[in-house]
Amino acid sequence: MTPSAKADADMLLALQGVSKQFGGLAALSDVSLGVAQGEIYGLIGPNGAGKTTLFNVVTGLYSPDHGVVRLGETLLSGCKPHEVVTRGLARTFQNIRLFANMTALENVMVGRHVRTQAGVLGAIFRGATTRAEESAIERRAHELLNYVGVGTHAQRLARHLSYGDQRRLEIARALATDPQLLALDEPAAGMNAIETAALQELLQRVRADGVTILLIEHDVRLVMDLCDRVAVLDYGKKIAEGAPSTVRNDPVVIEAYLGGAA
Amino acid sequence: MDIFLQQLINGLVLGSIYALIALGYTMVYGILELINFAHGEVTMMGAMICIAVMGALLSAGGLPAIVVLALGLAAAISICMVLGYSIERVAYRPLRGAPRLAPLITAIGMSIVLQNTAMLIWGKQYLTFPKLFEPQRYEWAGAHVTSLQILIVVLAITLMGALLLLVHRTRLGRAMRATAQSPELAGLMGINPNTVISFTFIIGAALGAVAGVMVSAYYGLAHYYMGFLLGLKAFTAAVLGGIGNVAGAMLGGMLLGIIESLGAGYIGPLTGGFLGSHYQDVFAFFVLIVMLVFRPSGLLGERVGERA
Repeated sequence: MTPSAKADADMLLALQGVSKQFGGLAALSDVSLGVAQGEIYGLIGPNGAGKTTLFNVVTGLYSPDHGVVRLGETLLSGCKPHEVVTRGLARTFQNIRLFANMTALENVMVGRHVRTQAGVLGAIFRGATTRAEESAIERRAHELLNYVGVGTHAQRLARHLSYGDQRRLEIARALATDPQLLALDEPAAGMNAIETAALQELLQRVRADGVTILLIEHDVRLVMDLCDRVAVLDYGKKIAEGAPSTVRNDPVVIEAYLGGAA
Repeated sequence: MDIFLQQLINGLVLGSIYALIALGYTMVYGILELINFAHGEVTMMGAMICIAVMGALLSAGGLPAIVVLALGLAAAISICMVLGYSIERVAYRPLRGAPRLAPLITAIGMSIVLQNTAMLIWGKQYLTFPKLFEPQRYEWAGAHVTSLQILIVVLAITLMGALLLLVHRTRLGRAMRATAQSPELAGLMGINPNTVISFTFIIGAALGAVAGVMVSAYYGLAHYYMGFLLGLKAFTAAVLGGIGNVAGAMLGGMLLGIIESLGAGYIGPLTGGFLGSHYQDVFAFFVLIVMLVFRPSGLLGERVGERA
């Protein structure tokens, strides 16, 4: 089940033959996959399989040793992180990374940075356009906080928010960059069942609003319920890809998760 | 009591100047954790450029004093902004990611280069700040205040207020604060860290230039070596307030100026004339040592562990 080159042309996000070495360790070897416009695509695999490395390559933190990453028509590999965001890909983090000493509102406003212009001259003279832009940023940030359900905490420092709310705030901040593709690194980690259900509802809303989602997740139920397709990574290689129901019964996948005993 | 009030006023003037320079240290440190030792020299350059430009304009003649001052100040600010940007580009950016000692050494190197450049251009003698206005003197409760002193304090406070607004209420300021908390994360949120760092150096240099002009106007002199001590004291002010903290630099600058002035004013009477006011500089460094020993994070500083 290898994605053919012609199928890749329709993909929003396409990785072709991506490899990344750390010293002697092949964190990713020859990984190709494609995420179609409008789908929720899951990336699963045992710990250390290379999922987060793949995220870091896609978001420009690492540059791949081989292979290319494309978002639509544009090449992402070789871009710096801030350029990747400008091109329409935003992410969240496995271990939450917020601007802890800024308010929730300001965190989201930082996300608007790439879609706004005001520079140092605007900051000094604060003309009408600058002020209008600033209030538009603030308005949009409030909207997004309400959208993810943390609107009541707008003025609290990010580090004072509850764990689940911090995760939602990260999503709001990522959405503030107007991404075509939202990459979520274990968004349900540490959440209880109720929070996970709310997250699932949120992600479905995000997708319905036209944002494609790439998801790393350990919560098997969430992946099965939410994802249209999943890819399984093991030791840096893609060992399976397809509909969740197919993949969960794939003997290769079962072996990777349970070891030789299966 | 009148000596107290007098020294308080003098300290406030001095402190305003320290605060403006300290902001340049603290903003750069906040983002790069680098002590830009060349910043004192940027301040010196501001003073020298302003005097040189004003001198040229005065000898050409025909311009009203206020225009001469404005042009001199504008030249100092704009050339120092270019200087601030270039210093970062040439001396620090290539060493991003190098061990922290390396940029510290280039910072010292940069400061020597700037001192020597100034010496080659303007020579080793003192330049005198031209007398453009006859300063008004006011008496208030037994203390003297000049119009120049008032101007310095008002201008410094205005600039500091503007900077606080910029940092807390604008898109660029938000990007600066985000980058200060985590350059990598800011990049992942679409902020180009290099742009933010450049602006930080440019803004710091502009404030430094204004402070340099203030110092030379206040003492009537400028000299290629003046940036060294001025820079060290402003650095002390930044440490006193909590380096990396913008409001801390303002508070630290003001406090240091007042401590120095009061110290200089009282040391003579208190030691029965044994030590004179020329021991003024000792107080700044005494404060630096005390802070580093007892509260290295500064008055308003945060524990390093709080960086997200």
